[in-house]
Amino acid sequence: MEVKLQDADELTFYPPTPAQSRRITERQSRFDLTQVRWIRRLMDSRWPLFLARAITLAGFVFTILAGLFGSPVGSHNFAIIFVWLAWWTALKLLFIPLGGRAWCSVCPLPMPGEWLQRGGLVSRSERRLGLGKRWPKALRGYWLQAGLFLTIGIFSAVTLTDARVTAWILLGLIGLAIGLSLVFENRAFCSNVCPIGGFTGMYSQMAPVELRVRDGQVCAEHTEKTCYQECPWGVYPLALKDSSACGLCMECLRVCPQDNIALNLRPFGSDLGATRRSQRLDEAFLALVMLGSALAFAAVFTGPWGGLKGAAYAIGSQAWVGYAVGFLGLNLVALPLVYGLVVRLGQQSWKGWASLRRSLANYAQAMLPLGLCAWIAFTITFALPKLSFILNVASDPLGWGWNLFGTADSIIESANWSFTPLLQIGALAAGLFWSVRLIFQLAAQEPPAHKQWRKAGPLAAFSLIYTLGMLWLLVG
Amino acid sequence: MRFLIWFRSIPLIWKLMPLLAAVVLVAPLPFSGGQPTDRHYRVEAARFAYFPGVLRANPGDRVTIELVATDVVHGLEIDGYGVGVTADPGQPATMTFLADRSGSFRMRCSVTCGGMHPFMIGKLQVGQNQWLWRGAGLALLVVVAGAWKVWK
Repeated sequence: MEVKLQDADELTFYPPTPAQSRRITERQSRFDLTQVRWIRRLMDSRWPLFLARAITLAGFVFTILAGLFGSPVGSHNFAIIFVWLAWWTALKLLFIPLGGRAWCSVCPLPMPGEWLQRGGLVSRSERRLGLGKRWPKALRGYWLQAGLFLTIGIFSAVTLTDARVTAWILLGLIGLAIGLSLVFENRAFCSNVCPIGGFTGMYSQMAPVELRVRDGQVCAEHTEKTCYQECPWGVYPLALKDSSACGLCMECLRVCPQDNIALNLRPFGSDLGATRRSQRLDEAFLALVMLGSALAFAAVFTGPWGGLKGAAYAIGSQAWVGYAVGFLGLNLVALPLVYGLVVRLGQQSWKGWASLRRSLANYAQAMLPLGLCAWIAFTITFALPKLSFILNVASDPLGWGWNLFGTADSIIESANWSFTPLLQIGALAAGLFWSVRLIFQLAAQEPPAHKQWRKAGPLAAFSLIYTLGMLWLLVG
Repeated sequence: MRFLIWFRSIPLIWKLMPLLAAVVLVAPLPFSGGQPTDRHYRVEAARFAYFPGVLRANPGDRVTIELVATDVVHGLEIDGYGVGVTADPGQPATMTFLADRSGSFRMRCSVTCGGMHPFMIGKLQVGQNQWLWRGAGLALLVVVAGAWKVWK
């Protein structure tokens, strides 16, 4: 067939712009899970998610009852073992690294509030409750979440070992979630208050899962914005720059009349590595709080220092006040100060054109792999030797001497597994490699192109020293 | 075939990195222990700590631990060695074992003794802690690798 050219311009080759090239590469490295028929069918219906939520909510209620009425001995109580051992380990080792905010989609905490807010258990109705106010702008971001995480951290030795305290904290959190749902619109609690939601959202930028629109043009031309109207999180999928705000509930996918929403498998850390123009410091603050908490908890819970454990446990005593001051000093003063200094030092070497505030915000993304992998290494040390407890309380959840599944006295010799240090070293090394790579990648995007070591060296050295510290605490 | 093409496209330095990491993790380290001897430790256990919290021995030492519980019943089990002992208050108990594995091992209380029981932990260090040195070596290597990948 002969093709007639109307214009010589049609023969002109225009190379793609950097943004276009990035979009092409991104598209090539994604696999849309909704193309798999059975996954699509699962997502199209609201019932599988409702069922999963009903199960976690039932487990949550049982956990509170076990905490209030079960054995006061933590290691014999379902509330302690399933919350702080089983769930925490699953969150750190599976949900966040592989699913990002996948846990948020089935988390029981916001459910009763959301049902009241939306006027139905499975789908929306007209009988909605709540004032629907907007969350105050000044309180947006990770600040409150980091603060609540630190508050729980100060009392962690008791929270992690006293079943009643755990039950009251869970009751307090669900009460707060319900209350906020009735006053504010959408998931105000999850997005701005939940201490778990904060770091889950932040670390979800590294996960190999993302929800995105297929074709931005289709969304731009769609005037009703059904996805935005129906999203319980108040997120507009076209505006998603990273995965931190999306709770993966798939409501947008169900209501999109254009079938323009994709759930992609993607390379790890796809949201990281590009220079950010934002000046928000809340992510940097939370990233440092997570680094500091991992250090402190590794010292308290896996170290051989009895005095430190005693101080963390004796709430209200002089020793505890010392512990609380040290814990807060590390997280609120020492680490932010050192981080600020090393970023400033790197910036000085090239007389940076960006403000210090912007650099602090930009380089925070490089601290995410370091933090998540430090938590993974800590969780391995913390949880592996105690796996037997999970089997034991599964058979005797209230510590009343039951043996429902015959595992009340089972022992897993996990404390003797010789490969544990290798796993810890592997996790820490992976986090350090990833972070250093990001630091140099971000430094390379700032002019001038040379002086890489001077620009990135101080923060890379900070990451190395942090890793050596964790290594000493966990393997030493 | 595609794998071979892909493998050839990888720079030499990246082909060597896994090898270097393996060397760091398994190569014998030039640590020499002292002469094997008999060691006796008196360890006091009180909620939720051991005193002393860290015990040291050389590889090949015959280690005897006398556990003294000062408040409630406590136990002492050593990860990796699989040995343990339990002591009632006022009734010290003793265990002896051959420290034939080098490294750092956690000692844990094996009898529920109170709230912080799962975290009542001490440490037995036999010779040099090779994992710590290997981990530090690997950390240095990955810093160079991470920087190299972007720098080049």
